[in-house]
Amino acid sequence: MGHFLIYSFLAIMWLLILGGGGMVVALVSQISVQGYGEQIDFLIGSAIKAVIALVLVVSWILILTKFKDKIFYKQIRL
Amino acid sequence: MQSEIISAVASSAIAFFVVLVTVPPLIKLLAKRNWTVKDVNRIGGAMIPRPGGPAIIAAIIVSEVSLYFLLPAGEVAGRQISAILMTASAAFVIGFIDDRKVMGGWFKPVALAVSAAPIIILGTYDSNLAFPIFGEVKIPALYLGVVVVMIAVTGNTINSVDVMNGIASGFMTIAASALTVSMVILQNYTVAIMALPLVFASLAFYRYHKFPSRIFPGDSGALVLGATYGAIAIIGRVEVIAAIALLPAVINSFLFLSSVKRIVEHRQIKNPTTHTDDNKITTTKEKDAPVTLVRLLVAAKPLTEKEVANAIFKLAAFSAALAIVTALLMGVKIWDIF
Repeated sequence: MGHFLIYSFLAIMWLLILGGGGMVVALVSQISVQGYGEQIDFLIGSAIKAVIALVLVVSWILILTKFKDKIFYKQIRL
Repeated sequence: MQSEIISAVASSAIAFFVVLVTVPPLIKLLAKRNWTVKDVNRIGGAMIPRPGGPAIIAAIIVSEVSLYFLLPAGEVAGRQISAILMTASAAFVIGFIDDRKVMGGWFKPVALAVSAAPIIILGTYDSNLAFPIFGEVKIPALYLGVVVVMIAVTGNTINSVDVMNGIASGFMTIAASALTVSMVILQNYTVAIMALPLVFASLAFYRYHKFPSRIFPGDSGALVLGATYGAIAIIGRVEVIAAIALLPAVINSFLFLSSVKRIVEHRQIKNPTTHTDDNKITTTKEKDAPVTLVRLLVAAKPLTEKEVANAIFKLAAFSAALAIVTALLMGVKIWDIF
């Protein structure tokens, strides 16, 4: 087996970054708030984008933790 | 184009030779002042001079300042070089303080976040975050957070892999090379040239840092390498590619944090590895010791320090390849396919 599991984990992280990036572009880039004045629109828009980004980052970490526990089950149990 | 090639060759050579020339007297000076630490993995525990950070920051400063005069790109390049120099210098000071006086676990991340200020103040960033295949996302307010987090993360992740002879400098040589190649692919030639001093300073330092080490970079050296890398990634608009090239170090930090579950100075926790009778590195039997990349590498069978370093360099090369593939994918847009 060697270090195959670590390479697999690297590849999964890479795919999660690409997939997560796609979700950020698809969700966040669509958001634009209008009707409250330029500055308030900007603030509300930024706040919504920040919340979505945070939710995505937390989800990303949770998914990665699940993969880590599955992939390195034997090694982490040491 | 000719002046760009001359700038690239000259700044690379300057960075390489500044480290090559300054490290031997620095080793003597540090040894004379008794600024040494025990190499715990060496039989007999040799005392190794530390920190090598002054040589690394000297190389970055001299070569980037020379680029300021050599590059024909004008005012924008001047601001970009200034941002790199100020961030790297701030990281050096933070690391040097930690080298001389052990600070709390929060000190480095918070102080490094502050060291990102020159990038923001000089406006050397673009708030459009570029992803491969899917395109860009405009996040003007959120991007300021990305800048601050990026410098803190790159600085600390490089510092966290500086656990054995040659790893931090060798790893940075590979990651910064991948970043440079990626920027060439994306036709961002000016910032690619600005990244070359980091590649060649790391490579020259590796000559003294590889097993058996003659000098350790210390926190000042590791933080300069990491923060400079982060600054170049932001200025060059290759944040995602930079994170991918750094993945083995990111995994190390992720494993560490998810097992320790708090931000803590590494000197305050149990060693995740120990030694066999023939001085190979093996995993510890301590249940509450943190999980790290090295611990995973030696989980199957004990390895020598040199074998561990080589295994990490292979992982770094794999991530570097993924980073370059990502750069190539930047030109592909899913909307164009469908």
